[in-house]
This record gives sequence, C-alpha cells and structure tokens, in this order.
Amino acid sequence: MSDEVLKKTPLYDLHISLGGKMVPFAGYEMPVQYPAGILKEHLHTRAEAGLFDVSHMGQAFLSGDTAALERVTPADITGIPEGMQRYGLLLNDAGGIKDDFMTMRLKGEDALYLVVNASMKDSDFAYIAERLKGAATLKPAPDRALLALQGPKAADVLERHATGVSNLTFMQAIRINVAGAPAIVSRTGYTGEDGFEISIEGRDAEKVARALLGEKEVLPIGLGARDSLRLEAGLCLYGHDMDEATDPVEANLVWSLGKRRKEAKDFPGADRITKNLANGPAKKRVGLRPEGRAPAREGSEIVKDGVVVGQVTSGGFGPSLNGPLAMGYVRGDLATPGTKVELMVRGKALAAEVVAMPFVPNQYKRPAKKTGAAT
Amino acid sequence: MSELRFTDQHEWVRLDGDEATIGITRYAAESLGDVVFVELPAKGRTVGAGAQAAVVESVKAASEVYAPVGGEVTAANAALEAEPAKVNADPEGEGWFFKVKMSDKAAFGKLMDEAAYKEFVKGL
Repeated sequence: MSDEVLKKTPLYDLHISLGGKMVPFAGYEMPVQYPAGILKEHLHTRAEAGLFDVSHMGQAFLSGDTAALERVTPADITGIPEGMQRYGLLLNDAGGIKDDFMTMRLKGEDALYLVVNASMKDSDFAYIAERLKGAATLKPAPDRALLALQGPKAADVLERHATGVSNLTFMQAIRINVAGAPAIVSRTGYTGEDGFEISIEGRDAEKVARALLGEKEVLPIGLGARDSLRLEAGLCLYGHDMDEATDPVEANLVWSLGKRRKEAKDFPGADRITKNLANGPAKKRVGLRPEGRAPAREGSEIVKDGVVVGQVTSGGFGPSLNGPLAMGYVRGDLATPGTKVELMVRGKALAAEVVAMPFVPNQYKRPAKKTGAAT
Repeated sequence: MSELRFTDQHEWVRLDGDEATIGITRYAAESLGDVVFVELPAKGRTVGAGAQAAVVESVKAASEVYAPVGGEVTAANAALEAEPAKVNADPEGEGWFFKVKMSDKAAFGKLMDEAAYKEFVKGL
C-alpha cells in the first residue's frame, strides 16, 4: 500500500452513516458496498433504482473553439446537437486509447461539459489542455459532485424532485433543479439500465443524495455492484478492458467514431485505425461465457487448440445472469460469437464461448421511432 | 465431544475422532461478502497442513482456503455447488467445505481455540 492520502467525495460522511465499506479507488476513499451487499445491490438496481456516488470522476468545461476537441478524439464533436451528449475516446498519437469520456452540449451554452474517468482525470485534463492550447480552454470543476440514479424506477423517482426529467430520452442532457439544487442532468449511466447522471455543486450533494435515498425505491449502491452491472452491460472499464496499447477497432468501439471523421481520417492514429478498419484487427474485445459456475478473473489466459489466443480483461460473476461472465481480447479470427475457447483458471481449462454483448439486454429510453414515411 | 479450533487465515476445524471438518469462519464469510462459487478438493486427495485446498469466490474476488490440518479428504460438501450462499447463511454449520482423515493430531493442538480466535479477530 502506498501512503498516499486518499481524497474524499462530498458524500463521504453519508457513506459512513449508511454503513458503506470504504476502500481506496482511484485516489479516493469510496464505498465498495453497503450492508445489503454487492449481490442485493446489483439486483435491486435492475429491479428498482440504485444511487451511486461517482463524484470521483473528472468534470470540466471546455470553452473557446470547442471544435478543437476533435484534435484528440475521433468522435464527431461539432455534430453533437444541442441538449445531447456523446461518448468519445481520447486517443494518443498512435491511436491508442488514453481514456473514454462523455461530452455534452447544453442548450444555449457555448462551452462543452466533459466527464472523464476518475483514475485518468489529471492526465486527461493536462493532455486536452496542452493539445488545445491557443484554441480552447479547459476548466476542471473539482468542486462539483456527480450522482448516478439507475434502474427501471429511476425516472419516476427523479421526476418527483425535478419535474420534466422523465421527458428526456437516452443521451439527452439539460440544466434543471434537482431537490432545489441547480444541476446538469443527463439520461445515461454505466449499468445498462435506464437512468440519469446528476452533476451538482459539492455543497448540494448530500441534500440531493438524501432526497433521492428517501424514496422507497432507492438503495445506495457501491463500486462492487457498479462493476458487476457494467460488466453485464458489456461496458468497458478503462485500464482493464482498454488502455494506451489498444485502438478503438481492437476495443470494438468503432461505433464511437464519427462517420465524417472516418471519411476525413483527421484524428490521432488515423493510419493504424483506418488499416484495422479495412483489414480487421489482430485482436478484438469480445464477451465470454464460461460453462459451469467458476468465474474466470482478469488475467486468465484464453486458449484455443492448446495455443494462447488472448486474455480476460474483466471477469466475474453476473448476479442477473446468475453465472460467470467475462470480457477479454482474442485473436481477430476468433472474435465471432459462437466460437468455442478455453479459459485457464488455476491451471485448469474451462470451456467457454465467445458471445455477443451486452450479456443482459440494455434498457435505455431511446426516442420512439418516427412512423409514417413510406418505405 | 467434538473440539473446535481456528486459524489466522480464518478457517475453522471441528475434530470428531480423527476426522476433521473444515470451513471458513463467520468473520471470513462476512468479509468476503456474497459467495457465488466454491471449488472443493476431490475425495481421496491428500492435502498437507497449510496447503491450498479449496477456493471461495465472491462477486468481486477469489480467495484461497488452506487446509489447517493435513490428511486424506474423506468428503466435500457437494451442496455448496448448487447453493454457495450457504457459506454466508451458516458458515460454521451447513456451509462446511470438506472433511479430512487427519494424519497429524499435533497440528490440531497448535491451532487457536475459540477464545483465542475471538481475541485475534478483535485485533484486526
């Protein structure tokens, strides 16, 4: 253990009073679980609603020539409509993934609002500031807190404290008061469920969190269930399922590349990424379902016909699947769902199959399809 | 009369004659959280005292279980395969892991008794 002093979010005292089991994570003391335990917290989020403290994540506002953000990401930034957010990858010059992040264009505002991963925020912010120097200014917002309210009851619950939020659809974002506190609310999350992320001033965090926890549908949820929920949803955890050595094609995140950007090839690492797009990558991120009940954890080797063909990058037990599941990288020619492989666990080969993700169907509230036009 | 002993790795051993039943303590079960998988040693296998004999997995992580005493494995608790949650519900009863025919009684005597284990846990 390092003797680094761990930071606390504005909800630290609330976590303690709720019986949160605190662990070090990304330089913060965070609750890994509450007395209900990871299994119940996970299942409750899928059945009702769960409240997560994700204030350790990095929030920032980018002002000036915000289109310059395209210098560091292949996402279509200029094309983000007002009132929407978009997922993007932050790339190094070789096309390797430095992080993933959300960008929001709030109605009537020139600045973009960004959310990046907790473990990467200092390096991300320094990289963006340096690469956009002279064009745009990045202003981190360390005094802001971030809550996530996730699950099928999230919209009903939040509507009671922020009239109108239930009209938002997946990936929409607005400024609105939540329990009387000025907030940025977006309909998104990291669980595969419908839900919201709520950015507020740190000083309002406990008031807002207590108001939401006061609703009968809501339980506090720790990082343990956050991880099992995102894994079932097939979502990547930075530093595990992708890193600077991985490009967006290998990470199976090609959907996050803007169409215009792919045509213009005007992003970092465009040569490598364009080549991988055309020829297929040498390795690719896939979902894996081990047979039986033994989980294969991060680092387990993936074997095909006696040859090591990859490695598990996230693996564990899915409470909603009621079985083991994993994510990992396999040789490009083995990435098709249905491919049989073996996972090495404690010296034994466990039979497993490459499967499509998500493992549990996602429940995003997408806008209703327009009807009427003839085919 | 059976005798109960504990290890500093949070296993318990109950001795009946020369047969030792082994499991993990309530403290261990609570620290692990919800148990989702248990891997047990095969009947007939010989385990050495202090050697890794079983694996217990929670949603988050896998932990090794060591044999507090050595001997031949005479039984494994097959009920845990279908219902690993028994380890949380009744760790020192129905949640037992395996039994060994103990080869060295002296090893048992060196383990902590209940009072000593309680003291040990208090200090953690």
